[in-house]
Amino acid sequence: MAILEVLTIPDPRLKQESQPVERFDSSLRDFIHDLEQTMRSSPGGVGIAAPQVARFERIIIVDVSRKPKIQSHGRLVLINPEILEWQGMEKGREGCMSVPDYTGNVIRAKTIKINAYDESGQMRSYDCEGYEARAIQHEVDHLDGVLFLDRLVSRRTDLFQRKVYSEKSVAKSD
Amino acid sequence: MTNNWHMLTVVGKDKPGIVASISEALFAAGCNFGEASMSRLGGNFTIMLMVQYEGGTERLEKIIAPIAQTLNLRCHINAIEGQLHAHREPDVRISVYGQDRTGIVAHVTGTLARAGLDIYDLESDVGGSGENPVYIMHIEGHAMRGVDALKEALETEKTPGIETHLEEIDTIIG
Ligand SMILES: [Zn+2]
Repeated sequence: MAILEVLTIPDPRLKQESQPVERFDSSLRDFIHDLEQTMRSSPGGVGIAAPQVARFERIIIVDVSRKPKIQSHGRLVLINPEILEWQGMEKGREGCMSVPDYTGNVIRAKTIKINAYDESGQMRSYDCEGYEARAIQHEVDHLDGVLFLDRLVSRRTDLFQRKVYSEKSVAKSD
Repeated sequence: MTNNWHMLTVVGKDKPGIVASISEALFAAGCNFGEASMSRLGGNFTIMLMVQYEGGTERLEKIIAPIAQTLNLRCHINAIEGQLHAHREPDVRISVYGQDRTGIVAHVTGTLARAGLDIYDLESDVGGSGENPVYIMHIEGHAMRGVDALKEALETEKTPGIETHLEEIDTIIG
């Protein structure tokens, strides 16, 4: 059990593409344990990707369940994740353990459908939305060497039309 | 006057190349740059730029003077208590638009301040046409007494013709 060192910019390894996991063995599970400890040791951390700790394999962990009022699947270990469908767009604010003292606005899909293996090598499928979907998209980007800094939009970029629409639909579901 | 930080304010008629001219001159004189905010306001070029310079305010003024003269800019330099890596995270974003320009700024910011909003960032713009101007404002800040207090205040103080939208900023750290 260990908290791993997190790479921070401008480390060029953060721009590196990660490779698929091929062996689902105990060393993988040990690593996932450490990766999760590392994520939970970061204040406000809701996700982490293996390349952030210099292991260039397609493994991410997301857990947004500590945020109140948010629908989620709880602790998600996603190995070789593949986003199959994207729907809607939403501007939200992101920060990153690998980018200290900076947050910025990024547009992400509102809902996604994703396939991934779990830690025992079982293929699973998830439908995610909102905050959880955003966290997953942020982490999957890390696997491709993409940081939220590569996707920043200005404060002025607004999706007013969509917001009006989504507020109405939220009110309906209440 | 710690760390030799200065706030350089420049205002003038906008034309291409102002930022490049100013920053090249400062860089050549050995200045470091901190945070900056540049905007085009009503056809005017405006910038506020944190400049770190060891030679003192007077010498900094002399570096800027020839450029200011050539480009017909007004410059102002203040020695400041500069601090980087001290970002405060906003937790709420409010967008406002409507026809009554003075009403929007005075009324909405007043209402929000009384309900506990600490404004970190405000941008406003005028769209529409000469006969029918539309005033648009974006505010980001911290809801010191919670987001619900702001929502309530906006609801109670609703003004006809002015649309307000409030959304929580829930920053992902991943
Ligand atoms: Zn990240």
